[in-house]
Amino acid sequence: MEALININKLNLFYGAFHALKDVTLTIPEKAITAFIGPSGCGKSTLLRTLNRMNDMIPGTRIEGGIAIGGTEIYSNEVDVETLRKKVGMVFQQPNPFPKSIYDNVAYGPRLHGITNKRELDEIVETSLKSAVLWDEVKDYLKRSAFGLSGGQQQRLCIARALAVNPNILLMDEATSALDPISTLKIEELVQELKDKYTIVMVTHNMHQAARVSNQTVFFLNGEVVEFSDTEKLFSNPVDQRTEDYISGRFG
Amino acid sequence: MTTRKEFDQGLEHLHNLIIEMGVFVENALVESMEALKTIDTDRARQVIKKDPSLNQMEEKVTEIGSKLIATQQPVAKDLRRILSAFKIASDLERMGDLSVDIANVVLRLEGQKLIKPLIDLPRMAEITQLMTYESIQSFIQENVDLAYKMAKDDDQVDALYGQITRELYTIMMENPQNITQSSLLSFVGRYLERFGDHATNIGESVVYLVTGSRPDLNV
Repeated sequence: MEALININKLNLFYGAFHALKDVTLTIPEKAITAFIGPSGCGKSTLLRTLNRMNDMIPGTRIEGGIAIGGTEIYSNEVDVETLRKKVGMVFQQPNPFPKSIYDNVAYGPRLHGITNKRELDEIVETSLKSAVLWDEVKDYLKRSAFGLSGGQQQRLCIARALAVNPNILLMDEATSALDPISTLKIEELVQELKDKYTIVMVTHNMHQAARVSNQTVFFLNGEVVEFSDTEKLFSNPVDQRTEDYISGRFG
Repeated sequence: MTTRKEFDQGLEHLHNLIIEMGVFVENALVESMEALKTIDTDRARQVIKKDPSLNQMEEKVTEIGSKLIATQQPVAKDLRRILSAFKIASDLERMGDLSVDIANVVLRLEGQKLIKPLIDLPRMAEITQLMTYESIQSFIQENVDLAYKMAKDDDQVDALYGQITRELYTIMMENPQNITQSSLLSFVGRYLERFGDHATNIGESVVYLVTGSRPDLNV
């Protein structure tokens, strides 16, 4: 697997709080990498640095570098909107726009200048198919997205993220608000998506990381404690702190 | 906060069952060999009669271990603890069966006089008994060095087994009337040799439990 994201000695401060400490990681492309760790360990913070979502938080200061496909994303030349087109994100709570199912998915492409109806139709269909939602909604595309179940809404948000043709999909606790069946559907979906996309997921559910991901990173107090193949990390971790965390001895 | 109370209790229960099985197996071996030395059929019958309770303990290990896997989703060393408990319990159950096999030999020898005083078989049994004890100790202490040391003793068991079979073949050739008893005694040698192999397996499980890798101590 080729490296896609290179994080090099990254330090992040929220004001005086040192949230990420010397994080160095190489995330491979077209694979699923999971970030695990107790609350406040920095895993979501790191995820948000990958499409510069932390820019919006006042008092955030970053040192070190993150390169995606060789491009430093924190350099001045990088256009944040273009970056976020390439690095899509799905959040904990499904957050569809108060629009129709169709318009939710077409929103991004329209924003990026696509107006041709046929082209939009095609993007909407492909994206919904990729998110394994098409069969459930193809006859109701004009209905409000709020009429969908939580699991369907989350898949709609994935479809919306896919519609702008990203390389990377960031998932921040994307199933924690869903019931077990919807969770399994998203997990299956993610498995399929990894053939085309690089997926980085933050999860509080260790067993989800174990089931779904190829690599797992364990964070503690803003530091990377252990990063290895998921199978290895969950069967024979090197660091005692990893062992304690995944065995439920703290956190 | 995550609570592991129930999980830890389950693991402790498994741990205690393995120790209990280990003690049981050691006793069964001593009893069956004592019965053999004097062809004491009553003593042999006791060994046979007690064996089902060892099987029940093994079933209990399977039951508790499966329940823990289903409900606690164990990972890493917790998972290895359960997997090695399954494996060790299965080895111990087989060792119990081997003691029963020895006891059955005693029953078949009922009314006979031993063709020769038993020397090497009891020596083999002593070593396998020590191996059993040490394998269980290495489990209790999670002591990899002890597991390796114990497995080395298996070489002596194997050497004695070779020696005993050679000797018994000679006895059979000298007098065909001794064939039945000689074969039965060589079976006992075989049972003890297998007994040692199972103890070695337990050592392997201990190394797996502690390190996560499975060595072959049976070489």
